[in-house]
Amino acid sequence: MCLAVPVRIKSIEGTEAEVEAGGITRKASLILTPQAKVGDYVLLHAGYAINIVNQAEAEQTLALFSQMSQLMEPE
Amino acid sequence: MKLVSEFRQSELAQGLVRSIRRHATKEARFMEFCGGHTVVIMKCGLRQLLPPTLTLTAGPGCPVCVTDNADLDKAIALAKLPNVIVASFGDMLRVPGSCSSLQEAKAAGGDVRIVYSTLDALTLARENPEKSVVFIGIGFETTGPTVAASVLQAAQEGLTNYYVLSLHKLCPPIIKALLDSGEVNLQGLICPGHVSAVIGANAWEFIARDYGIPCVVSGFEPLDILQCVDMLAQQVARGEAKVEIAYRRGVTPEGNQTAIKIMEQVFEPAPARWRGIGEVAGSGLKLRPEFERFDAELNFEFDPGPTIEHKGCLCGDILRGVKTPPQCSLFRRVCTPINPVGPCMVSSEGSCAAYYHYGEENDG
Repeated sequence: MCLAVPVRIKSIEGTEAEVEAGGITRKASLILTPQAKVGDYVLLHAGYAINIVNQAEAEQTLALFSQMSQLMEPE
Repeated sequence: MKLVSEFRQSELAQGLVRSIRRHATKEARFMEFCGGHTVVIMKCGLRQLLPPTLTLTAGPGCPVCVTDNADLDKAIALAKLPNVIVASFGDMLRVPGSCSSLQEAKAAGGDVRIVYSTLDALTLARENPEKSVVFIGIGFETTGPTVAASVLQAAQEGLTNYYVLSLHKLCPPIIKALLDSGEVNLQGLICPGHVSAVIGANAWEFIARDYGIPCVVSGFEPLDILQCVDMLAQQVARGEAKVEIAYRRGVTPEGNQTAIKIMEQVFEPAPARWRGIGEVAGSGLKLRPEFERFDAELNFEFDPGPTIEHKGCLCGDILRGVKTPPQCSLFRRVCTPINPVGPCMVSSEGSCAAYYHYGEENDG
């Protein structure tokens, strides 16, 4: 129910955006995320962008996981 | 798909699992509040990766599942009215109410339409000015703002045939009610990621502070959940209880203030009935008086009939985290996804459906 998927904003017209993920394009409302820009990833839930994805944080988290997998020796 | 597949890499999962094994020295039970988390945990076999010290328990975080029969009966009664189009998320259609379901009401001639978004429900209202369109508003804080936005849009456009049956529910009050009941003993809470994307991680502070239970907000990919479990295990090992975020790309401490403002402009907290739990003060949302003309309950005359509970169905106990689906005598025998008795078998995020599809035969 609270499913939300990261989609990339391709274009914006007013409060409506064209968003893309995995080759699928659809319309989304930016009414809840008015500060979103073209190129941003947003979490799309039931036709609305509910938050902007922080890509720097995503990369930091993945870097942390990589470090952990190197540091944590198999038992 | 970017920002999805990266968080499913098995070689990175192995590092996280080793870290969990190192940190989970004490016995602990964590509850994943959100049904979306339950599905990922079952589908990816994450429970099998955890050390025997850790137990994961599914919580009440499935809006379809927690909608009680009396409320379902209202939606079904509305669908039987002439000149009414009921617009609903697809998950709701097959959920059995006391005597019927939205799907059965549709088969009997009711006009029930599946919509993906309130934007589609607004389109239905614009295209059918001679009919009334009632959107069945279910969902937590993730969905509440989208429904609120649709009411504001309808008001702005002067749409007079758009209504909402508000069955919305709020997460922090129900977690408080669960903890106050003393039925479940938890050492950690896997907080819902997309509810928190809206209300912010700070909304869980009271659980860490007042109940001494570690809280970590998790995303919905397997690596997110493993990181969350590791962070909870670390807090347990250190004897701490604080709020942390294991989903920093999607969640901030403050949440989405624009979404919160829109939700609060249209809705106010109200008592709500939860399946298996009962009425909990302040755990629902109703339309504010200035938006009463959009409230389906106030603008239609309908008779939902007497409320009847399904005999033997343990959905209520399962939603409170005190029973698991295999402990229900109906599970797999009488209650299946084709012939569901309770909502937890219908919803794609219901615990019973997740156990049915991904669990072992005797998985408890």
